[in-house]
Amino acid sequence: MFGKLTLEAIPYHEPIIMGAVAMMVLGGAALVAGITFFRLWGPLWSKWLTSVDHKNIGIMYIILALVMLLRGFADAVMMRTQQAMASTGAAGPLPPEHFDQIFTAHGVIMIFFMAMPFMVGLMNVVVPLQIGARDVAFPYLNNLSFWLTAAGALLINISLAVGEFARTGWLAYPPLSELQYSPGVGVDYYLWALQISGIGTLLAGVNMITTILKMRAPGMTLMRMPIFTWTTLCSNMLIVAAFPILTATLAMLSLDRYLGMHFFTNDGGGNAMMYVNLIWAWGHPEVYILVLPAFGIFSEVISTFSSKKLFGYTSMVYATVCITVLSFVVWLHHFFTMGAGANVNAFFGISTMIISIPTGAKIFNWLFTMYRGRVQFTVPVLWTLGFMVTFVIGGMTGVLMAVPAADFVLHNSLFLIAHFHNVIIGGVLFGYLAGFTYWFPKAFGFKLNETLGKVSFWCWLVGFYLAFMPLYALGLMGMTRRMNHVDNVVWHNYLLVAALGAAVIACGIGAFVLQILVSVLNRKALRDLTGDPWNGRTLEWATSSPPAFYNFPVDPVVTGRDAFWEQKQTTGAGLRPLPAYGKIHMPHNTGTGVILGGFIAVLGFALIWHIWWLVVAAFAAAVAVGIGHTFNENRDYYVPSETVAETEGKYFKQLTSQV
Amino acid sequence: MAAAPLLSGCDMALLDPAGPIGAEEKSIIILATCLMLIVVLPVIAMVFLFAWRYRASNKAATFKPDWDHSSKIEMAVWGIPCVIIAVLAYVTWVSSHTLEPSRELVADKKAVEVEVVSMDWKWLFIYPELNIASVNELAFPAGTPVHFKLTSATVMNSFFIPRLGSQIYTMPGMETKLSLLADAAGDFDGLSANYSGGGFSDMHFVAHAMTDDAFAQWVEKARAGEGKLTMAKYRDLAKPSEKDPVSYYAEVEPTLYHDILNKCSDGSTCMDAAVSLAMAKEVAGGDLQLCNPAKPRG
Repeated sequence: MFGKLTLEAIPYHEPIIMGAVAMMVLGGAALVAGITFFRLWGPLWSKWLTSVDHKNIGIMYIILALVMLLRGFADAVMMRTQQAMASTGAAGPLPPEHFDQIFTAHGVIMIFFMAMPFMVGLMNVVVPLQIGARDVAFPYLNNLSFWLTAAGALLINISLAVGEFARTGWLAYPPLSELQYSPGVGVDYYLWALQISGIGTLLAGVNMITTILKMRAPGMTLMRMPIFTWTTLCSNMLIVAAFPILTATLAMLSLDRYLGMHFFTNDGGGNAMMYVNLIWAWGHPEVYILVLPAFGIFSEVISTFSSKKLFGYTSMVYATVCITVLSFVVWLHHFFTMGAGANVNAFFGISTMIISIPTGAKIFNWLFTMYRGRVQFTVPVLWTLGFMVTFVIGGMTGVLMAVPAADFVLHNSLFLIAHFHNVIIGGVLFGYLAGFTYWFPKAFGFKLNETLGKVSFWCWLVGFYLAFMPLYALGLMGMTRRMNHVDNVVWHNYLLVAALGAAVIACGIGAFVLQILVSVLNRKALRDLTGDPWNGRTLEWATSSPPAFYNFPVDPVVTGRDAFWEQKQTTGAGLRPLPAYGKIHMPHNTGTGVILGGFIAVLGFALIWHIWWLVVAAFAAAVAVGIGHTFNENRDYYVPSETVAETEGKYFKQLTSQV
Repeated sequence: MAAAPLLSGCDMALLDPAGPIGAEEKSIIILATCLMLIVVLPVIAMVFLFAWRYRASNKAATFKPDWDHSSKIEMAVWGIPCVIIAVLAYVTWVSSHTLEPSRELVADKKAVEVEVVSMDWKWLFIYPELNIASVNELAFPAGTPVHFKLTSATVMNSFFIPRLGSQIYTMPGMETKLSLLADAAGDFDGLSANYSGGGFSDMHFVAHAMTDDAFAQWVEKARAGEGKLTMAKYRDLAKPSEKDPVSYYAEVEPTLYHDILNKCSDGSTCMDAAVSLAMAKEVAGGDLQLCNPAKPRG
């Protein structure tokens, strides 16, 4: 009846896990109680869960990302604690079977359920506004993409309470991830969570590319697009090209595990090296999928807060495109130690270091944007400066490991761990947090508290260096990754410093959460009435904050780069009220995405536990809902011109009261 | 950086190599780092310099809000990294070939052959020429090249002795090769550098580089060990276990390494035999049913 699922699957005997589960259950219960008490279920459903408005979907993505950041960071704290406590011969609090799940979950959560949703969320909020569009190309698909991502995240979190998570490392290399060596449900949770969210990501990629290519405002040629839009376009091109590889690879592993096939098994002619190649053929572009949008954010931030045009726009675009193309010919540098031979290793090593040329050019372009500018040290600028210093160090260690001969000793060591956290925290996360602070007033209508933002930045920056510089040293000492325990007093001291670094980062996260709370409480004082709090340059600042649900009452006409800046130079104080507005064509909200996402989450759970009747039922239900939606012809409506005029009238009143 | 004084000294295994492979890899790490610092240090300095000089409150600084292009600067920021990467690419090409792990080191003394098998969760070292084997302990004469052939009886691992240099993956059904040399006698930590499951953290061993005499004694000690490593004993050894003590085998089943590599240590058809059979059938236009390279295990 319940497949492999029995009551034994709940780890009652593990106090740490049960504590975490209790926290999650209590938190969830408090949330449900709060929503019920304040009678918010109706608005939550109609304004958020079923919303097809790109801004609301973007915000939901970012909320998901921040929640998962907390979960992934809790894993990080446990790992740092374990290694600090278990480095002088003691066993430490976490036995290997638990520790191994934690480092796997940390990687999976941080990449797939923190960084990816954060990125897609920022793109969703910003890109349609930047290109002067009313929404994305496929609003319902956008909602569905979010719910598929959320369904994957849900499955990962269920694995904490019911069963176990994979103990394979975040890329689940076979043969360790095959049934022979991982008979439990952990790898199945991994597979279905990633498959479901991966399809969501792929659909989001299709949607975003279509939006950027087909829905730009009149006059916005490709070479007039804001850099963030450019990097989003390239990043989504990579998603569409790379995610099918991930899907196919995981599908083959699933066939091995579910139907006894032999793609990557030790026997039957299977070959695990194929998996390693395929997963990195996705995995390396994935790194650029994450970091390109961050580069876009830094470009917007540095130009805005230097009150200056971006230096070298054209070379920035070409650098981005170069990176996009090159990211597909470097994957083998993740496994130089597999014995592919000197020519192959040298080819991939050199192609990897070539990527540092366009990346370096970007750094110089940001530097020369500050040059002869007027740099304001706001929180987004601090993140950007912190990024520039930190990222070049990470880039340097990356190029170092691109030399196969150096990689032969550095591979899989803590030096590698330090390197990729150096670029992912210093590049990706700093970028997203800069973007979060920069666009927060646009999304919510009020700015974030500046002081707490600075506290958060400094804690993150100092904490990062404390946590990861010792890992570089430990790597040079020969300490490899994923160790549950070691016995080495010298390493112990470095691991203590790294644990302290994690504690300082925890303060940074605490300050960030506090910043949001304090800002919400002070939202009246922090309100952005103009829609243009930073004296911005691109079109998103031409709307009110938050923008009307239709974004732009009339299509903006673009005459150059930095479209809004130009408009401000020519017409003065931005948009003027028009004598008459037309009606606006908008999509209806739909509950199909959330319902479909729910059935697919059930489908994933049933597949994980081999509850076959439920697999059939959930699949049939999902197909029925999907087909049912195609019969819904009431998908769009027109906003009457009076409503538009009224909304815009209010905004202009607000604007003029400011002058 | 407060940790800087600690960075020196013999704690840094990779910066204190004990053999030519490690020594060359160390010098490549240092060379590549210095080459990149040519760009990295000025960039870091420019971040601070530009941010401070052009701070909004410094009204004395030049302000050119529309200045967004300079061909000279563009040439420099693309050109200089190109030159550095070209140099580094040359270093990469050459060192990838000279330090290719499978390239056999040559010295005055005849190399020692060692067959390495990673198991759950221990290391088996077979000395085919000496017909002995050891678990979780590696010994070889100093100043003598050691040619390793490596495979795995289980999942992927990575064979790594940090102070001697290069690591290499061990993979089931696959053979990798590695050649190392220790300059002088010494004891070096060895480990698996690729996570392989629950007992992974204890999957380490000591590699003893010995004088010729000491090595001869070690071989005698091994010959006084636990008798012959037969197929039956091997199957026993292959069962997952952790923190196994060092043990020695006086004799080894001659086909053991071959059978582990070809996935037939359990008595099933060996992969190489199955493949040649299948190829023969193909050539002879025989029954295609037999083309299955390895028969499934029960």
